[in-house]
Amino acid sequence: MSALDNTARADGSEGSYNFAYLDEQTKRMIRRAILKAIAVPGYQVPFASREMPMPYGWGTGGVQVTAAILGSDDVLKVIDQGSDDTTNAVSIRAFFEKTANVATTTHTAEATIIQTRHRIPERQLEEGQILVYQVPIPEPLRFLEPRETETRKMHALEEYGLMHVKLYEDIARHGHIATTYAYPVKVDGRYVMDPSPTPKFDNPKMHDMAALQLFGAGREKRIYAVPPYTRVESLDFEDHPFQVQRFDKPCALCAAEDVYLDEVILDDRGGRMFVCSDTDHCEERRTAGHRGEMAGEEIAARLSAGHASDGEDGQ
Amino acid sequence: MYVAVKGGEKAIRNAHRLLAHKRRGDRTVPDLTLAQIAEQLSLSVARVMAEGSLYDLELAALAIKQSRGDLIEAIFLLRAYRTTLPRFGYSLPLDTGDMLVRRRISATYKDLPGGQLLGPTFDYTHRLLDFSLAAEGGVPPERPELAKIDDDDAKIPRVTDLLGQEGLIEADRPAGETDDGDVGDLTREPLSFPADRDLRLQNLARGDEGFLLALGYSTQRGYGRTHPFAGEIRFGEVEVEFFAEELGFAVPLGRVQVTECQMVNQFQGSAKAPPQFTRGYGLVFGQSERKAMSMALVDRALRAAELGEEEIAPAQDQEFVLSHSDNVQATGFVEHLKLPHYVDFQAELDLVRRMRREWQERQTAEAGDARQEAAE
Repeated sequence: MSALDNTARADGSEGSYNFAYLDEQTKRMIRRAILKAIAVPGYQVPFASREMPMPYGWGTGGVQVTAAILGSDDVLKVIDQGSDDTTNAVSIRAFFEKTANVATTTHTAEATIIQTRHRIPERQLEEGQILVYQVPIPEPLRFLEPRETETRKMHALEEYGLMHVKLYEDIARHGHIATTYAYPVKVDGRYVMDPSPTPKFDNPKMHDMAALQLFGAGREKRIYAVPPYTRVESLDFEDHPFQVQRFDKPCALCAAEDVYLDEVILDDRGGRMFVCSDTDHCEERRTAGHRGEMAGEEIAARLSAGHASDGEDGQ
Repeated sequence: MYVAVKGGEKAIRNAHRLLAHKRRGDRTVPDLTLAQIAEQLSLSVARVMAEGSLYDLELAALAIKQSRGDLIEAIFLLRAYRTTLPRFGYSLPLDTGDMLVRRRISATYKDLPGGQLLGPTFDYTHRLLDFSLAAEGGVPPERPELAKIDDDDAKIPRVTDLLGQEGLIEADRPAGETDDGDVGDLTREPLSFPADRDLRLQNLARGDEGFLLALGYSTQRGYGRTHPFAGEIRFGEVEVEFFAEELGFAVPLGRVQVTECQMVNQFQGSAKAPPQFTRGYGLVFGQSERKAMSMALVDRALRAAELGEEEIAPAQDQEFVLSHSDNVQATGFVEHLKLPHYVDFQAELDLVRRMRREWQERQTAEAGDARQEAAE
């Protein structure tokens, strides 16, 4: 019998794949890894990562974690760079719409599972929500020590001196720590963990978060987790305490302060504006009547048109 | 341009429609059939099956068609399909000694039992473009007469087995035996280091041909020399058998074409072992001697620790080799740099601006100090 016969259906649908793509045995294997990861916060659990129909480095770890925990009544939100409609977020959302037929949303508050790349939503997450991070390099010590055999030993012995030396050298050279994203954290006072390449602006949100945080690295075959209400401290020194980025201006569309902003280049004469990286947060604020200094201009309408929004805001 | 990045859904749909259109190319040129690909581009099909770790000519041909001939993309398609297939169990170890041999050569003996069988090979062809192939609908080449192999001659012993009779080469382990008892499966368990030879060979078997070629080549140029001889290269069909618990005996599932390479390498001996030849092993789906030979060279290089040799070269470093051999992983991660990174880039912009400002301030301050000193 030809393999071609039982794969493609006449209507071209992917009907023969299991719910959320992965077979149940594989999901069980991933769930076991997740449970272990939750039991040992910040510890990288090796798992038998599968090939997925999207490339390694494009979120296969996050997709496998989401596929393993997704139920038919879940509501899924997918963001990349804080936005629901960057191309890769659209692609992953469409993947789960197709293979699991689950409800999706762009609203942070409505989602039960949020898969993310590079950001944590601005809105405070709640109990019962799960944040799934896509992780490219799970090992926080990797760029200090390329060998897995060594870094696993270092974690086992809680030998993190090398990391502190690196941060110290930054201070000695630049006067401050020159790591702006993927800024290492210590979880529950034990494991040093890579928060994935989120800007360090988001690090404080990980601390004591009500939601469960799961991290999936597909190519590197690792899963790790931060259970709800867990201590997450960014590494620093007493005389050089951890600091997040600050922006000079509020969001040009919704006037939000204390949020992470994207820089949008408007022309080739140095014109630029700063807008919320979290597009859902920005839209909600504008719906609630907040107006930034450029909210009335044409660019605002164009940016909003790009969003998968049903709101009439930004006019 | 900003909206183009953010305006996802429709743009993706249109891009994929354009891709489908481009894949088909000029509509006046006939569409490729899978049979044409499988029959006439069979070495591409073999590579896709080998590195895709799935033996199915038709699916590999489909993957090549769909990927517009981009073989790594085709390998990726096959792997992504393979991962959804249920696992019934493991076949019995292949017996390559029982191969229906299409080609078999040894570089270590002029003549040997079973003889040298050249078979279909590019070796000794002159690499001159054959313009007669450019003419469409040309007369197909004459079908060569195949020698009849009678049953007595059919058994072609492996060169390493011949060497083994004299004890000149390290013994092969019994099939299925490893240091830790079980044969591992790197598609079911994550690879951890140090990895035993069973897992290393699995990794190399699906590893990128170009990567292994370069590493194998590097050992020949002094980066971890292994003094290899091509003891034997054989290509042909072997039967795949599956032990069915319910029946209590093995049933044949079918035949696969494989290329096997046994490298014979010098070994000076050590306190524990007498001087004898050692092995490097390569086994690949389809006819791919380049890959099988490269794999054998790298396998032998990776045995440095086991044989008490100094580990100094990239090809001997198993973390380096095994972590970077998979082209599906490699291409994904390299190409993921195409994804938006503007959140992190924003953080870096901010840092660079700040550091430039601080640098300027320092320069100005130093210039001020210098002026003051000069004035004093």
